[in-house]
Amino acid sequence: MTGTLIIAGYTLRECVRRRVFVVVLVLSVVFLGLYGLGTDSAFDEAQLLTGQAAFDEKVLVGSTLLGLAMFTTLFLGAVLAAFLTLNGVRGDADRGLLQPLVVRPVGRTTVLAGRFAAAASVCVAYVLAMYGAALLITGATGGWWPDEALGPALGLAGGVVIIAGLSLLGSVWLSATANGIAVFMLFGAGLAAGLLGQIGEALDADTLKTVAEVTSWALPFEALYQAGLHGLTTETSGITGVVVELGPFGGAQEGGALLWPWAVAYLAVVAALARFGFARRDL
Amino acid sequence: MSGPAEPLPTLPRVPPAFACQGLEKRYGGKLALGGVDLRVEPGELIGLLGPNGAGKSTLTKIACGLVRAGAGSAEVGGAPAGSAEARAAIGYLAELFRFPDWLTADELVRLHQRLAESDGGAKERAELLSLVGLEDAADVRVGAMSKGMQQRLGIAQALVGAPSLLLLDEPTSALDPIGRRVVRDLLRELRSRGVAVLLNSHLLSEVELVCDRVAILSAGLIVAEGAPSDLTRPRGLEVETETGVRSYPDATREEVPEIVAGVVGSGASVYGVRLLESTLEDAYLEVLGG
Ligand SMILES: Nc1ncnc2c1ncn2[C@@H]1O[C@H](COP(=O)(O)OP(=O)(O)OP(=O)(O)O)[C@@H](O)[C@H]1O
Ligand SMILES: [Mg+2]
Repeated sequence: MTGTLIIAGYTLRECVRRRVFVVVLVLSVVFLGLYGLGTDSAFDEAQLLTGQAAFDEKVLVGSTLLGLAMFTTLFLGAVLAAFLTLNGVRGDADRGLLQPLVVRPVGRTTVLAGRFAAAASVCVAYVLAMYGAALLITGATGGWWPDEALGPALGLAGGVVIIAGLSLLGSVWLSATANGIAVFMLFGAGLAAGLLGQIGEALDADTLKTVAEVTSWALPFEALYQAGLHGLTTETSGITGVVVELGPFGGAQEGGALLWPWAVAYLAVVAALARFGFARRDL
Repeated sequence: MSGPAEPLPTLPRVPPAFACQGLEKRYGGKLALGGVDLRVEPGELIGLLGPNGAGKSTLTKIACGLVRAGAGSAEVGGAPAGSAEARAAIGYLAELFRFPDWLTADELVRLHQRLAESDGGAKERAELLSLVGLEDAADVRVGAMSKGMQQRLGIAQALVGAPSLLLLDEPTSALDPIGRRVVRDLLRELRSRGVAVLLNSHLLSEVELVCDRVAILSAGLIVAEGAPSDLTRPRGLEVETETGVRSYPDATREEVPEIVAGVVGSGASVYGVRLLESTLEDAYLEVLGG
């Protein structure tokens, strides 16, 4: 445990010294500022559009914008997760940085665990902060709050933790560049499958639905994110519900009771594979 | 517990600092080690020599658990190489190492103190940095250090936690002559404290000066092994007179007085007498057919 904390602390200190957090903070503040301006004017203009009693335009605008913020947060969280773990094993070994650490009694598994702990905690803290800020901005500017506030936060957090795990796993065999490409391709594949699933749902096309379902099991960060999106409007019904479902973030699927246990098991398998692969690698 | 069959008490056997038997390693199809036997006793300083690609670094990496052997066994202080116990006993400086450029010298040594569970504190850090001549560079970032300074820092890092076996892979390749001398003195000092050292080097004159024993590795096999003085041999006598240098290539030390008396008796003036010995470099070239 101490060894894991030492390595995690070392990784975090590197982020501080390399000004990673400053860059992330500045860019995130810029994004949230733009998001605030956008939400404010979107809510104003939506009020002018409709006058129907059965349709609540605040729900549509709020859930779409917060969905967009979640998408962006997941993307930025994935970027952070990937860049914090990209070099984890092979990249650092190729540069001669890893060997002095793993010959110490702490050993390989601890080094891996420390790297993962650092990346996961940074990414989780980041997506929670971003989501929380977007939630407050949406609520403050438009007076709309999601049906469920905690579920989407957990979905995002789980999603980036899984991405960090996959990226660290890839780093056992792949060079930094190849690993970065692989992680973002997986990320893109997950998102594309999610969109296919939404289209499949709207058209009631079974093949599309199956493709999306299989992909969500294979890449559960996508399923966790979708479940989070679903939580935004889980209790919305009537015409509003129908219109929301037709929006870009509206058709998200509920995760089901098995999603979280599966995500945990998935992460355990990823960790075991990474540990096994790293233990066998010549450095 | 005691019974009639209890064996007589014997002195506890001190395991070798490092020992390997029949050690083999292939990278893909490429043979790096083809069955190496080597033993390093506590307090012994061994030089591992050999041409590029002979397998020196591979042997060192197996000793510290970075590379897994294909066959054979390797032990550090009686524990299997690569085990936590073995890793706790070693200090290692890789041939191609790099330290994080954002850490200062003091911070790097501190990180390794924590990883090695050394409780030496600030005193150990100051001592180690001054041992390698970096006492004034404690707050300098690695990124701002010259290559030689980084190598000195690497040696200090390897000494964290008072290891009983030091594995140094070309530790002086970037050092200036004074730095090399500092490291030589340091190695002698460590040996006197009972630390065993396995030193990979291409600097034969340096190895000759400091090592108790050398092993020459070629294409993954040990082709010669022994004390530097065993590997070198006499190469005769040179006598300098007013007419030039006279050579006696087969002369031994015992024959020197007689030869010199003969030269003087012939009426020549003797200005100098040199007993010649081949160097480790000569022996190395002879063994490897260079
Ligand atoms: N990671 C690797 N992958 C494939 N082959 C390797 C690897 N490392 C070493 N080798 C091969 O193993 C052999 C031994 O290499 P090693 O690095 O042990 O030699 P060395 O004696 O240390 O050489 P040098 O004096 O140049 O440092 C060489 O033929 C080398 O090409
Ligand atoms: Mg080498």
